[in-house]
Amino acid sequence: MTFLEILLRLALVVAAFLLLPLLVGQLEHKAMAHMQARLGPMHAGGFHGWAQLIADGVKFVQKEHVVPAQADRTVFSLAPAIALLPYLVILVVIPVGPGLVALDLDIGLFFVLAVMSVSVLGSVMAGWSSGNKYALLGGLRSAAQLMAYELPLVLAASSVAMAAGTLSLSGIVEAWSPWWLAWQAPALLIFFVAGLAELHRPPFDMPVADSEIVLGPYTEYTGLRFALFLLAEYAGIVVLCALTTVLFLGGWRGPFGDEALGPIWFLIKLFVLAFVVIWLRVSNPRLRADQLQKLAWQVLVPLSLGQLALTGVVKVAMV
Amino acid sequence: MTAAEIVFVLLGVVALASGVLVVTTRQIVRAALYLVVSFGAIAACFLVLTAELVAWVQVLIYVGAVVVLLLFGIMLTRAPIGPSSDLDSRNKPAAVTVAVAAAGVLVTVVVSGFGDAYFEVGESRAGSASVIGSGIFRYWVLPFEVLSVLLLAALVGAIVLSRTDIGPPKDGDG
Repeated sequence: MTFLEILLRLALVVAAFLLLPLLVGQLEHKAMAHMQARLGPMHAGGFHGWAQLIADGVKFVQKEHVVPAQADRTVFSLAPAIALLPYLVILVVIPVGPGLVALDLDIGLFFVLAVMSVSVLGSVMAGWSSGNKYALLGGLRSAAQLMAYELPLVLAASSVAMAAGTLSLSGIVEAWSPWWLAWQAPALLIFFVAGLAELHRPPFDMPVADSEIVLGPYTEYTGLRFALFLLAEYAGIVVLCALTTVLFLGGWRGPFGDEALGPIWFLIKLFVLAFVVIWLRVSNPRLRADQLQKLAWQVLVPLSLGQLALTGVVKVAMV
Repeated sequence: MTAAEIVFVLLGVVALASGVLVVTTRQIVRAALYLVVSFGAIAACFLVLTAELVAWVQVLIYVGAVVVLLLFGIMLTRAPIGPSSDLDSRNKPAAVTVAVAAAGVLVTVVVSGFGDAYFEVGESRAGSASVIGSGIFRYWVLPFEVLSVLLLAALVGAIVLSRTDIGPPKDGDG
């Protein structure tokens, strides 16, 4: 790989990182609006308000940065970056087509899970450093939620790794075949649900419950730093949907034309999953803290252990 | 010195310095955050030595789970913003003595055991997941199982300690 090629690949990753979350955000605006029988943003940019998020971005940049007097200034300023950057780093190893990956790591799956778990540190830091009781409560809830859902997430992902016999993300897509949709269905469900909980998406938005604790860890944030947290949420949706696609839905594989149409199949699957994320947000009430813990420890963890056992049995029986 | 060696030494300095900050800072939550930096630098050291699997396990388990658990514990009990004056205990000299002695023993053992064990990091595959996996499950499977029994015992112990409704058997039961 020459230096120029590395630069080109990184530039493409950054472009995807900047573009895809905005598309998901716009999809959320419009899909949510239509599900609630309203139009959503219609004016910015002319055609169905396509430029709404760009206008929002410009607005956020112009706003004043406020750091509360009681806050721990350094940690408060660092937190948005720690919440956002892991998702950018993850995009580097996600394969979008055969051979189309910025960096094909031998243990890509482990890398992705490890880096993803760092991101929650951002909201815990934000919650503590704001010097606000609602923010602290939100930070606590987000730490408790991460600890509960990290285990099923990792177990579900390791079931696929066992099935494919590799930890490389491209290797998993190559080993995938359509009947895995049935074999790995519980793992798919567990991974997606646990991922939603890690991102604090509704119905798992206890840490940011706006009717109880304002906006949890992000209560005191304004302007660009707040926008970074919002971007982290959408980037998190992109990463979760991309990972679910790669691990469980065959990534770039499609009914026909894998080689040529690979990235298109990948993007179709990604956006269908993103739509499901939004759909779940609009149609479900928020889970209480005790229900969250119960779901994780009493449903998802035993289910994922069962899935691991099933994967092992089928794998041994097939050889 | 090669570039890899220079990077390794620099990462070691970062790990050591942030480790010292963990025990000397007067702000308890910042101590946990310095611990993140220290763990991250150690993971990067593993990466420089091409031990990819160990490096990412370090990040996943220590940064992603252990530190979050620590922060949760600290925030649930007492996490003031700004310095607290009562973080030093009277055991400080004893703690320093034990730490220096333990570090001395470890460094002596490692230097006398592996002082002249050099390997080429460029082409090495020794740290990849498949090599470590077959190593653990072919040659080291007994220690691995013993460790898992130990962890299971710790888990059961934690449940027994945290459940107040199951005490020691009273006179007359069973």
